[in-house]
Amino acid sequence: MLVYLIRRLLYVVPIALAVSVVCFSLVHIAPGDPLVSILPPDASLQLVEQMRKSYGFDQPIPVQFGIWLGKAIQGDFGTSIATSRPVSQEIYKAVGNTLMLAMAATLIGFTLGCFFGFVAGYFRDTWIDRVAVTVSILGVSVPHYWLGMVLVIVFAVLLPWLPPTGAGPGSSADWAWDWAHMQYLILPAVTMSVIPMGIVTRTVRALVGDILSQEFVDALRAKGLTDWGVFQHVVKNAAPTALTVIGLQLGYLLGGSILIETVFSWPGTGSLLNAAIFQRDLPLLQGTILVLAMFFVVLNLLVDVAQTAIDPRIRR
Amino acid sequence: MTATHRPLVEVKDLHVRFRGERNVHAVNGVDFALDRGEVLGILGESGSGKSVTLKALLRLLPEKRTVISGQIRVGNEDVLALEPEALADFRGKTASMIFQEPMLALDPVYTIGWQIAEAVERHEKCGRDAARQRALEMLERVRIPSPARRLDAYPHEMSGGMRQRAMIALALACKPQVLLADEPTTALDATVQIQILLLLRELQRELGMAAIFVTHDIGVAVEVSDRIAVMYAGRIVETGKVADIVRRPSHPYTRGLLASTVHGAMRGKRLDAIPGAPPSLNEAPSGCSFAPRCKEVLPECSQSLPQAVTVSPAHLSRCVRSTPVTA
Ligand SMILES: Nc1ncnc2c1ncn2[C@@H]1O[C@H](COP(=O)(O)OP(=O)(O)OP(=O)(O)O)[C@@H](O)[C@H]1O
Ligand code: SF4
Ligand SMILES: [Mg+2]
Repeated sequence: MLVYLIRRLLYVVPIALAVSVVCFSLVHIAPGDPLVSILPPDASLQLVEQMRKSYGFDQPIPVQFGIWLGKAIQGDFGTSIATSRPVSQEIYKAVGNTLMLAMAATLIGFTLGCFFGFVAGYFRDTWIDRVAVTVSILGVSVPHYWLGMVLVIVFAVLLPWLPPTGAGPGSSADWAWDWAHMQYLILPAVTMSVIPMGIVTRTVRALVGDILSQEFVDALRAKGLTDWGVFQHVVKNAAPTALTVIGLQLGYLLGGSILIETVFSWPGTGSLLNAAIFQRDLPLLQGTILVLAMFFVVLNLLVDVAQTAIDPRIRR
Repeated sequence: MTATHRPLVEVKDLHVRFRGERNVHAVNGVDFALDRGEVLGILGESGSGKSVTLKALLRLLPEKRTVISGQIRVGNEDVLALEPEALADFRGKTASMIFQEPMLALDPVYTIGWQIAEAVERHEKCGRDAARQRALEMLERVRIPSPARRLDAYPHEMSGGMRQRAMIALALACKPQVLLADEPTTALDATVQIQILLLLRELQRELGMAAIFVTHDIGVAVEVSDRIAVMYAGRIVETGKVADIVRRPSHPYTRGLLASTVHGAMRGKRLDAIPGAPPSLNEAPSGCSFAPRCKEVLPECSQSLPQAVTVSPAHLSRCVRSTPVTA
């Protein structure tokens, strides 16, 4: 297990390197000059040159990459062109918010998905199963932003129970785990949870159906286990796959929350990316994408390790 | 036998029907009894209802799709009437089962030791440590090498023979009164088969258990059983002591089976040498199901179900041609 862990950790290095190359080059391939958006149109050539130098844009691209990467490893992603604040600060705040939203959504999605999935798997081909399957199909096919707006209309406008947008009183760094703040989390988290909910339902339903049809379930009953005892075995057999699926979903949610964060004005990485793209804020864009990609890499690592710890058959 | 004699297991007029797009009449009136310490071998072609009969004894058949009627008594339990709680207490404690393919019958994500201890904890209400200790004893008992280490092994880390030994250890861990074995050696290599059979026979005698062995293999049935029941299309067509069945088979189907077995090469012979195929089970039988393949068929064979005829003491045959023993 330890050897496996170390080897798996070593794999991360080349993956991370490749990811950073891709991040860096994608941003540089994109058309447009980042300085145009902050300099006045009539800026002197001299000033433009000076700005270029101070941001390092005058160097050849590979050198820029080397410098950027070297600093990035130390947690320094440069200075935001739009706000002139360190990129790392901006990302830090935004990542915290996105992580919170994504985790809340994943938790809701996973819990509901497991519930529907187990019920559907156990009551295959009954009306309960059909209801669960319908819910899961709706979950994956309803457009996010549309659902978000409907929820806002219903729960924030018609029934003024919850705030429509934002992340609560104070600036985006003033989050606290009290109702004043948490009520802002509910609508975006619920909106975001429907896709993982649908996917987990489908996966778990299929898994449970498959497990229950295996002979060892008969054998478990034959040795006298009650339904509850058998259920525990089913859970442990389903866990590795279910965890993988939810781990990947968390990854998608971290990277794919632009729409929802925009609809709800949630101050996370999605909003940050949105702003960075429109303002051609290269350092901010690169830094944010890199951090999100690294999340994905680390998450994959965690999922693999958890899976290996649970399922003895994939232990090498 | 005294008048108060009561067999350990009694099955009367057992019928099992699966519902679905098509009905399957898998078991159509099975009767048998089994004494303490006795071994019954159930012999029959594929699809004759052997596994279904065995599963019915533990009520392992899918409840919603299965219609079971008749009577099953094991010890003092009326098995078909047990409530879920009592049924779970009965399974694994009074009667337990070993399966054909141990790889499929063991949970892949738990260790062998855990799976055995789980059964012990469940039935003996003892602690984790005591249960684990019992698991270790059982692994020793089925002669698994380095048992202490094997406690923490997963099923996929063992060989087929080892897995079946572990399955046996699991089934016997709570000292059941009846062991149900559904083709316990079919999935194993020939040499391992013999070892496992000898082990089972030995443990069965040591523990004084009754056992039902289901098999395709006449050699195996003869070797391990005290009595043999021959099944065809969901009915027991002939039953008697091993010697009676082998030397004086009465039912044409049994005779066909034995004739297809060359002398001295009985072991490993599959029961497939009678021309023709078993009937479809979509309808309940109204006459002798073997009639289409029977060389001695008479007009009355298909008119009603042949009654059981005592052809010699404790030897029954269900054929219109069988002649009762003259007392
Ligand atoms: N769960 C089920 N649902 C529907 N039909 C079933 C089910 N289980 C068994 N059957 C049918 O019942 C009949 C008897 O099956 P059974 O498994 O008892 O045969 P068997 O004598 O054990 O044969 P084999 O030697 O191949 O194991 C077969 O026709 C089978 O298709
Ligand atoms: S009852 Fe008739 S058909 Fe059936 S085995 Fe006897 S002789 Fe053959
Ligand atoms: Mg079978």
